[in-house]
Amino acid sequence: MLHAPAQYFSLASTSSSPPAERPFVIGLPTGASPIGVYKRLVNLYNDGKVSFKHVVSFNMDEYVGLPRDHPESYHSFMWNHLFKHIDIPPENVNILNGNADDLQEECQQYEDKIKSYGGIELFMGGIGPDGHIAFNEPGSSLQSRTRVKTLAYETILANARFFGGDVSKVPKLALTVGVGTVMDAREVVVIITGANKAIALAKCIEEGVNHMWTVSAIQTHPRSLVVCDDDATLELHVKTVRYFKSIEQVQDEMIGRENLEVLHRKQTGLGASI
Amino acid sequence: MSKSASPITQFYNCRILRDHKLVEDYLYVQDGKIIDPAKMFWEENRVPDVRIDCKGGIVSPGYIDVQLNGAYGFDFSNDTEIIQEAGLLLQGCTASRPDVYRKVLPYLGPREGSLENGAAILGAHVEGPFISPLKKGAHEEATLRTAKNGLADFDECYGLDNLRKNVAYVTMAPEVEGIMDSIPQLIEATGINISSGHSNASTAQANEAHKKGAKMVTHLFNAMAAFHQRDPGIIGLLGASESRPYYGIICDGVHVHPHSVMIAYYAHPTGACLVTDAMSAQCLPEGYYKLGNMDVDVHNGHVYIKGTNTIAGSIRHAGPFTGASKVEALENATLHPAQMLGITDRKGTLQFGADADVLERVFIGGTEVTEDNVKFHHNIQKEVAAN
Repeated sequence: MLHAPAQYFSLASTSSSPPAERPFVIGLPTGASPIGVYKRLVNLYNDGKVSFKHVVSFNMDEYVGLPRDHPESYHSFMWNHLFKHIDIPPENVNILNGNADDLQEECQQYEDKIKSYGGIELFMGGIGPDGHIAFNEPGSSLQSRTRVKTLAYETILANARFFGGDVSKVPKLALTVGVGTVMDAREVVVIITGANKAIALAKCIEEGVNHMWTVSAIQTHPRSLVVCDDDATLELHVKTVRYFKSIEQVQDEMIGRENLEVLHRKQTGLGASI
Repeated sequence: MSKSASPITQFYNCRILRDHKLVEDYLYVQDGKIIDPAKMFWEENRVPDVRIDCKGGIVSPGYIDVQLNGAYGFDFSNDTEIIQEAGLLLQGCTASRPDVYRKVLPYLGPREGSLENGAAILGAHVEGPFISPLKKGAHEEATLRTAKNGLADFDECYGLDNLRKNVAYVTMAPEVEGIMDSIPQLIEATGINISSGHSNASTAQANEAHKKGAKMVTHLFNAMAAFHQRDPGIIGLLGASESRPYYGIICDGVHVHPHSVMIAYYAHPTGACLVTDAMSAQCLPEGYYKLGNMDVDVHNGHVYIKGTNTIAGSIRHAGPFTGASKVEALENATLHPAQMLGITDRKGTLQFGADADVLERVFIGGTEVTEDNVKFHHNIQKEVAAN
């Protein structure tokens, strides 16, 4: 299942990344969802099938006040799961600095830097059980840009496990790209896996666009893809699941599975790859 | 860590011995030291300049042999002109301390390892002459002495300054006259480590010496009183409930029976240090050789004192530690000896900031050692041929 986004990335980047002068710009998440994808990407890199020499990355978020070398910082996460394994030049890697003197200025510069590259080509994301994308907690504006965000109590409780079970050690603030920043990307891929994300998936695709489930904003995105496993579909209507499965069947019949990636690049609207 | 423009080498496709585990990771080396790659990436915006494929091998800290007398026909006690551990480097001993007497100590002071010098010398391990005639091993009895005048005797024998500068540790028999009381004085005056060995000490005596600061035991089981249930001698220290000593142990399957090794290991796994006790006849063909003033006979891969069945130093076979896991065996040859000598900040580990002496391929200070670039190798071969 997680093969799909990695393959998708490699196809997207190799077909649209002419060397240096026009690098492929990607938005990257942290958390449990993308780990499998990063593993695949590292394997593709090790097999010589993809290079990150001309890839520019922007990460979604970072805690405020956590040292860069703290094992739970998103700098550490990205270093350990992806960057140390591949050939991406350090100057091409962008992660919000949660220790900047002026956090608002840091966020503005981040937005400006994304613009300077002509925007993000592909934004990959995961979600929380409450449907947050990046740290855009329930209630975030769907027009939001990169900014300082207070973490929801639920998120802090959920993250306590990474800080020795001590809620008081979990940072209460984070810098995060906004929902608007993610939606500006030319393509958005969201990975939603596991039974604990089932309600969020249902809210994301079966109900209306809602700022209490910020990931639902992708419904309005012209080129978006949700990648999910069977467990994540537990709260969906049977007909919803069948419908999205039938999309794949029709695609297979019409153009063949081997041509699916072509369709991925051309499709508009919501697609589900199960 | 200050910023340096020097090239950075990355070892990849390897399993690294770190925090008592073998982990799949990369190792980064700059200016002969192991560096923190996250710092390199995030703060210096750098990537490795050189990448070395370890082909799935284990990357271990360089072995530390705390009991080494010589090799390739050189006796560290006598051949003062050529004190280079030559071929040993190629066998993977990147730090060792020859056993020597006073006259050669100035040649054996701490020295960085390099392709020219070979393995680093961490300082000498002096065995004798303050040892028991009853457990003299290959030492000549006439040279043995007591320390009834305390510190003065040590000064006369080695020179206290020599001990300070050139010696990492001294093996002595605590029951020999004057030794027990000298231990704390000697440590205070020179800062050296003291090891009990070549000794007939009772457990009570060994325990007292340990409490006074003798934190090590030299080649456990060899040259000490045999284990007896009423008085297990120095060996009994491994059963102590409080502090237990580090101990060197020769694992060639001959000096110590593998079952004895297991008993010691199960009693005190974190104190074990693999040692070779190798001597000048190491790596030489079968025949008769000299060890100090003693004639020795090399046959069947072991060195015997001529005309006896007494083993004088083991040859080459620092074999696998019976039953110990790979990690344990490696730590017995790296971490434990470094802990014993109090040098884990630079030797015996692969932590950031440590010296980049690494195996399976042998690197000293981050430079790879090969048959071709070891400058002393050729000379050694010629000399051996001439002898």
